[in-house]
Formats: sequence, C-alpha cells, structure tokens
Amino acid sequence: MGTRIIVDPITRIEGHLRIEVEVEGGKVKDAWSSGQMFRGIEIILKGRDPRDAPLFTQRSCGVCTYTHYLASIRAVENAVGVQIPDNARIIRNLLHGAQFQHDHIVHFYGLSALDWVDVVNALKADPQKTAALADNVSNDFKGGTVYFKEVQQRIKTFVDSGQLGPFANAYWGHPAYKLPPEANLMAAAHYIEALRLQAKTARMHAVFGAKNPHLQSLAVGGVTCVNDLTPDRIAEFLYLWKETQDFVKNVYVPDILAVAPFYKDWGGIGGTTNFLAWGDLPESAKEPESLFSPRGVIMNRDIKGVKMAVPDKVTEHVTRSWYKGNDARHPYNGETNPIEGDPKYDTADKYSWLKAPRYDDQPCEVGPLARVLVAYGYGKKEYADLVNGTLQKLNLPATALFSTLGRTAARALETVAIGDAMEPWIMELVGNLKKGNNKTYTPWTMPKTGKGCGLNDVARGSLGHWVEIEDGKIKNYQYVVPSTWNLGPRCKAGKLGPVEESLIGTPVADPKNPLEIIRTVHSFDPCIACAVHVIDPHSNEVYKVRVL
Amino acid sequence: MKEEKEFYERLEGKGISRRDFMKFCGVLTATMGLSSSFIPKVAEVFAAPTQRPPVIWLHFAECTGCSEAVLRSMYPWIDELVINILDIAYHETIMAASGTQAEDLLHASVKKYDGKFICVVEGAIATKYNGAYGKIGGRTFLEIAKDVCPKAAAVICLGSCSAYGGIQAANPNPGGYKGVSEALGIKTVNIPGCPPNPINFVGTVVNYLLLGKLPAIDDVGRPLFAYGKTIHDQCPRRSHYENNEFVTEFGSKEAEMGYCLYKMGCKGPDTHNNCPVAKFNDGTSWPVEAGHPCIGCSEPNFWDKMTPFFVESK
Repeated sequence: MGTRIIVDPITRIEGHLRIEVEVEGGKVKDAWSSGQMFRGIEIILKGRDPRDAPLFTQRSCGVCTYTHYLASIRAVENAVGVQIPDNARIIRNLLHGAQFQHDHIVHFYGLSALDWVDVVNALKADPQKTAALADNVSNDFKGGTVYFKEVQQRIKTFVDSGQLGPFANAYWGHPAYKLPPEANLMAAAHYIEALRLQAKTARMHAVFGAKNPHLQSLAVGGVTCVNDLTPDRIAEFLYLWKETQDFVKNVYVPDILAVAPFYKDWGGIGGTTNFLAWGDLPESAKEPESLFSPRGVIMNRDIKGVKMAVPDKVTEHVTRSWYKGNDARHPYNGETNPIEGDPKYDTADKYSWLKAPRYDDQPCEVGPLARVLVAYGYGKKEYADLVNGTLQKLNLPATALFSTLGRTAARALETVAIGDAMEPWIMELVGNLKKGNNKTYTPWTMPKTGKGCGLNDVARGSLGHWVEIEDGKIKNYQYVVPSTWNLGPRCKAGKLGPVEESLIGTPVADPKNPLEIIRTVHSFDPCIACAVHVIDPHSNEVYKVRVL
Repeated sequence: MKEEKEFYERLEGKGISRRDFMKFCGVLTATMGLSSSFIPKVAEVFAAPTQRPPVIWLHFAECTGCSEAVLRSMYPWIDELVINILDIAYHETIMAASGTQAEDLLHASVKKYDGKFICVVEGAIATKYNGAYGKIGGRTFLEIAKDVCPKAAAVICLGSCSAYGGIQAANPNPGGYKGVSEALGIKTVNIPGCPPNPINFVGTVVNYLLLGKLPAIDDVGRPLFAYGKTIHDQCPRRSHYENNEFVTEFGSKEAEMGYCLYKMGCKGPDTHNNCPVAKFNDGTSWPVEAGHPCIGCSEPNFWDKMTPFFVESK
C-alpha cells in the first residue's frame, strides 16, 4: 500500500474538485477524481418555457460562458424544427471562435502556466539575456532589455512587499520546475500580457453578443444583434480578432515551443487511450460534413482508424457515483436515483457527484487533444500541417501527443487553426451584407410537443444537450458535458475515468507538494460546475428521455 | 510626490499614459456618482499603497462568471488590481497553491488579517442537510462561510448568487441554496448581476478604500451609485416606448429600427442597474443594444420573478 495524497481544492479551475492518488515508489499507482458540488439546474428547468433554457443552462459556467448558451439554443431549435439563416450561423461561429481563442489563452497563461513557470525564480534572470531569448523564440512586439527589467522590477516589488497574494504558499523552487531563470521571466511577462489581452479578446463577444461573460444576443431561430451588423462593428471585431490571433501566433505558440524542450519527459506522462469529438463550427447548413472541427472517435490510440462518432453509443454509469443503481444506461434513458443524506466519500465505493459517461463502453478523453487527433486522423490540412510542423520542431514522435505535453500543445495548435478560420467567416458575412442580405432570424412557432438535441464541441470538449417539450413547456432536460467525460469516476466495469487513467505513472517527487499531479489535472482544463449540474438527489425523480 | 511620479513612470512603461490613467479614474469616479474633484483622490488609491488591502475571495455554488467579469476590468486593468492595488490573499481561480497549501493559506490569511480583510463572496450557500451539497477540502460551504465571513471588515457579495441565492435557488431550489446574508444572518453589500459589471465592484472597493466606508445601499443591499435607477429610465430606446413603437418579433423591420423591446419581455422597467450607462467590456455594448430584452438579472429572485423571459410583463 502506497501513500495516499488528497488534493482538495484543486485551484485554478472552475468549480470544486478533489483528486486523490496513491503513490508508491515515487509514482502514482492509483487515482480518484471527485466532483464536490451539486446544484440541480436540470430539475429547475422542468416546466419552464423552452426559450428560457439557454439562459439558464448558460449559468452552468461563466468560464465556458457562450458554450451552454449555444448548445441549448441548438437543442431547442432542433426540437421546434427551425433552420437559422446563414448570417446567424456565421455570427454564432464567430462568437464560438472567439470563445476558443479566449478560453485557450486564459487556460494556458492564467490557469496552467504557474505549474511550469517558477515566478520567483524569474528574479534571478538577466533581463538582457531574457530579451535575447525572447527575440530568438518569439515575434512579440513587446520586448527588449528595458521591458524585461521593468517586469522583473515589478515582480521584485511585489515579492518584497511580503504580500504574495495569489502567488503565496505555492510550489516555488520545487525540483519539477525546469526552466532557466530567463525563460521564467519571459513567461512571467507573458502571463501579465495575457491577463490584459484576454479582456480585449472577450470584447469580441460584446461586439455581437452584448457582453462577456454571459452573452445575450441569441434567440431560438437566430441572433438578435441585427443592429450590430454595421461596418464599424465588424471592423471592431476584426481588429480585436487580429490582435488576439497575433498574440496566439507571436507569443502563445512560441512560448509553448520555448518551454516544451525543458519538459520533454512530459511527452510520456499523462496520456489516455480513447478520444471522442462531436465536432463543431458548421461552415454550411450541412452537418456533420461541413464541421470545421470534425466529428469522430479514436479507440486505442489508433489515429488513422478514426471513425464517425454516433451519439447512440453513449452510456452513463453510476456504480461509483452518489446515485443508487448499477445499470449502465443510455443518457436518453437515464435514471437519476441518488443515495440519501450526506454523501460518504469512499474511494472503494462511491466517491463523486459526477456520473461516468462511456462511448461503446469505453472511457473517452474529450477536448482539444481529442479534436486535434480526430482532425489529424482525417488528414484535415488546417490541423495536420500544424501538428507535423510542431512535432518536427520539437523533434518528438507522434506518440508524444498522447500526454500532458501533447494536450497542452494541442490546445495551442487548435487556437491557431480556429483563429485562422475566423477571417474567411468575417469576409463571408461582409459578402452577404454587401448583397443586401442582413437576415438574422427565422420565425417559428412553439410546437405542442417536440424533442431535440444539439451536439457541440466547445473549448473543454464534447457537449450534448437534449430537450423534450410537452404542452409548450420543458418536460425533460439533460446535458452531458466535457468535464463529466474527462473527470468522471470509475464505471460499472471498474474502468478509470480519463483523468484518473492519465495520472497513473505520474512521478511525484514530494508527496507533500504534489505539483506533478496538478499539472496533468490542469491540462484537461476541468470545469466542475458544468460537470455536476445534475438532478436533485433527494427528490428521487426518475428522468427518462427517449432516443431521438 | 516621488511615489506618484514613479507610479506614472511605471504605468507609462506598460504603455499606459498618465492621461489614460486619469481617464480610468474619471470613468470610475463618474460611475460612483462622485464629483470630478474626487478624481485625484481616486488616483491616489491606486498609487501604490504601502500595504495593499487584503482580500479573501470565497467561491461557493457559482459558475465563476463573476470572477471572469472582474478579470475583464479595464478601470483599472486586472493585473494592476491583483499586483499593485489589492492583496488577493485567497482566490481559488487564480492562486498558484492547491490542496493543503491552499487550505493553509486560507487559515493563515484569515488569522493574519482578522477584522481587517475585505471578504468577497461569489456563489450561493447550500443549507439543506447542513450544506452537504457543496464542500471544499471536506468542509461545507456553510461551515467555511460561518468561519470566515464574520471575521471580515466588510463582506461584499459579488453577483446574484451570493447576494440572493441565484440560479440554484430558483424554484424548487433543490439544495436549499441561499445568499450569504440570508444563510448567515449578517449584513452584506450586494453587487448583483449575472454577472455584474466589474466597474460596480471596483467602484465599491474604491469607495471603501477612499472614504473608509462602504457606499450607501438600498433595501436589498445594492450600492445606490450603481443600482439607484431602473434600466428603463436610462434606456436609449425609451423614446420608442413613449411613442408606442415596439418590436413584436425578432428579425422584424421594427427590430432593425431599434424599437422598444418591452413587448418582447424586456424587464428594464423593473430592474435597477446602470447597464445602459456603464455598458460592458470597456463600454462596448449591453443586452438591449444587441437587440435582446433585459432579463432583470440584478433583481432578487429574478430566475422566478422575471420568467418567462420572453413574455411581456403584466
């Protein structure tokens, strides 16, 4: 029996997550992932106006702010049978593209960089050498000795104040930090730059979406922002897009390439086995054929064997979750029959509010790595060139993609691919407007009954919303979200969830300071408020949503 | 004066001119409803205090949208808030430490700054089954709040969840979720909104730092400088309302004309907030400008009281 380590709370994520591992011989031997909060949004939706569902489900998460809004709108549109106009599709894609850019930049710098970058060690850097390093690896327009000296002074003033704020009591000096001081200083400077940039990136959402977080310009049938389809608004969007994409190409990707060589061992740590992507960003009304980020599933790391993914193969397990029962059920047929009272956390039995989704009975990783692998497997040029180029630059084999490093790099590469795709979309919108087509909405009427689903792929992974309407009201609502796929517990067959699997074999230099564990968990960009949105555990309500 | 000079030099080093900075302070001062004579004083608050005021930021049942909103702050920029103005001693979304290190930090910070820190709460507190629905490090939200909040100099509830319970408290409120004031029986300053405009949060904090007290509030705890008037009374589409010019369907000619959204369900007449004036994301837009009705998100219990959202209020 090895040493048990509990990390709770996992910080720099959304929501309340507990990770427990067993360490033996300096490596993780076993792992458990547990969602620790539970709100009940699906039951709150029952009996309400279906048009309100998108605004409710959006509040699952303020980090993935746009994603549930979009997914829910699509599910209701599918249920009421309305086809949105071309302009609405384009605007939604632009907002979604901006969400990918924002999310991924914030994840790398704000949520995960401190796992790899020792900010305190940056004080030892020579600003001049840092400037030379930055010139060598990046095209950032900000740089030079004076700039890095100023950043270093700012960190010094901060550290000397003795008020370390969010940087207090962390893992500085941990042996797993491998960057030289100059790389640490460069990355610390970019951490601060990214904080400012993300506020501008989010402004793209305000241009066509009123505000960020929690946009408010979609309607079942299209978008409401018809008054924003003006040259000045489009120029504003374009300018913000360009500033963001410049940062992605000149700072974000170069930082990954500069940091990765010091952490090549992480190309062999943190991998999983199966990958699922519903795909997203439709470039016409035809789905899934026109999805820019394609739909597919990869089993046993067989990238070339990528297959079309079908939602019928999804089941959810509750054997190890705080619900009664032992059956693996199709989500459309799902039962939520929770145990009573204060849930007992027991890694040998039930230990999480998350259910365990499986595809063809297998756990599947979802998210940027899954999407990039699926696109790569199909040989989609926009992704394949980026992947091959990066592997070549880092002198790593394709197998290194199945890792914490691969997941982190895939997120950056996807940001490039989606960001580049956005420019033609803007031009397509301009072309439509030039032709006098400013149609943004298709009228529709609420049916007495209806069922609908929306399959989406959002920053953190594959997302499905399902709605059933009766008498013009919501009868049932169900969603299966990315972090449930990734962070879910063991299933009936005892198979580990993707994050649990990824942690096996992770080296832990100091069990009291489990930096390495946090690295891999963060690489999945967990979002627990999304993952545990499920139903009232004490109402004993049984939810049945039939197969569509 | 020397400090001030250094401060401006530092700002300029980061590409912010003194003029821009004074503009930030001007916007903020105006939002707070203070006269322009306060602008230099507001600037002083930001000018590198010797000891940065400590903030302990708690996350309960929420979506982190309120933290995200504050991350979009441009008056001042978020890195200034975190590094130069405040001492964010505990904040789970941005802090480097996790697990034991994070918990130790919370305990140490509460002890060190006992009676002196600003406690910002984001998210509602589950009360059913003694709060069993939400835990951090094995403690319920309720236990943590009872431990930390009473030791603060002031409790600021950021967002409608911590202020009034928010979405998880909507009917039938499965977890018995409540806002902080109700769950603990203490007085709080509430900055509601889903999420609120960060400028209203910054304005409240600056008010506290500048005048040594919290701003004047209404009967549901909202600062009057931000929530004193209704959306309707400040709405640029108000004249269409008076002229009986209404949108009755999205995508219609009337929608293109920018007519009043009241008949589409707009809750502006019943909602107190400064959205039409402050707008969001550096003054870029706000829901009515984007052609969408107001959903009343800064009013208590709006998820029940204001729904169905797309039906005209009676």
